[in-house]
Amino acid sequence: MKKPIAGLALAAALALPSVAVADEDAKLIINGEIELVTETEPAAHLDGALRSVRSGWTFRTTETQALQMDDFDNPGMIFVDQALDSFETVDGAAGKSCASCHEDPAEFEGLRAQLPKYNEEAGEVWTMEMYVNNCRTERMEAEAWGWKSQPMLNMNALISLQSRGMPVNVAIDGPAQSVWEQGKEMYYTRYGQLELSCANCHEDNYDNYIRADHLSQGQTNGFPVYRLKQANLITQHNRFRGCIRDTRAHTFAEGSPEFVALELYVASRGNGLSVEAPSVRN
Amino acid sequence: MSDVKPRVRVPKTASAGETITIKTLISHRMESGQRKDSDGNPIPRQIINRFTCDFNGENVIDVKMEPAISTNPYFEFQAVVPAAGEFVFTWYDDNGEVYTETKSIAIG
Repeated sequence: MKKPIAGLALAAALALPSVAVADEDAKLIINGEIELVTETEPAAHLDGALRSVRSGWTFRTTETQALQMDDFDNPGMIFVDQALDSFETVDGAAGKSCASCHEDPAEFEGLRAQLPKYNEEAGEVWTMEMYVNNCRTERMEAEAWGWKSQPMLNMNALISLQSRGMPVNVAIDGPAQSVWEQGKEMYYTRYGQLELSCANCHEDNYDNYIRADHLSQGQTNGFPVYRLKQANLITQHNRFRGCIRDTRAHTFAEGSPEFVALELYVASRGNGLSVEAPSVRN
Repeated sequence: MSDVKPRVRVPKTASAGETITIKTLISHRMESGQRKDSDGNPIPRQIINRFTCDFNGENVIDVKMEPAISTNPYFEFQAVVPAAGEFVFTWYDDNGEVYTETKSIAIG
């Protein structure tokens, strides 16, 4: 009696990896037209830390992957539509909308691939949210949007979408270097009672399971992400906060200089992957 | 509600008698009525309670919807197209509003 049972268990064990391989080899082609890079050579600055750089899309189930392959099925596109409306909406004392200065969202092509980046005038590294709010407060004389407010998430998705398919290419040298170093320091720092660093899961153990979760490399090329769990768009900082909280640490605030530094560093780990925003994850 | 927006995908053409796939999505909160706000007061139910699709006056599907259906309800279904005509899609909101969308299809 024992032998057939052992044979069965072996078959089950062999079947699992082959499923994962099938997902890995899948190609991400959106609307049957745009083919995205979901696996690429690691950037030189990674110094051998990753064998290859893989988009979070390659770690998801076929059902979740399929949602991103058609814009009609992608729930993130609902929010892009809402942002198109607010792009035209006049707000603030200056009586302007986004469209008063920027004729078409398409003029932001390429911006998302470079963010976060050093802003000369401000003398600091800026994310998408900071650029959007600068327009709102300085040009429109309107109230700044909250980091994770719905209109901010939507606008971020709309502007990011314009760069979909372009390779992530954030600058890590020059004036951004010190911030990048700070982000790298954070990436390898163990936080919380569980004493976990980003690298413990996303560098040392990607493709393994942490309880029921299939660990990815934590790449950020798909943000803002439509997360099925929240049924909404979320930002990089939302996930940073979630991860640090799960180590049972006090987290940094969304929009804090610490998270901006981490955002720059994590983005640089994905240099070469396609911008996927708005991607779909679980 | 200003953020409600129906979307429909229907092929532009089909051959007579062909079975086509239709996808529909409406952005809607689908507030279940089971949740409470931060002060502990119940948030009143507001969902899309019915969805229908008609083709040239003939009903294709008629769906009764319940509070457990999640936000932004999505329906994908098939229809046989005997002749050229117009699909009419209708969503009924708890607050009395009715959202409609139409799509024509040609034979060819």
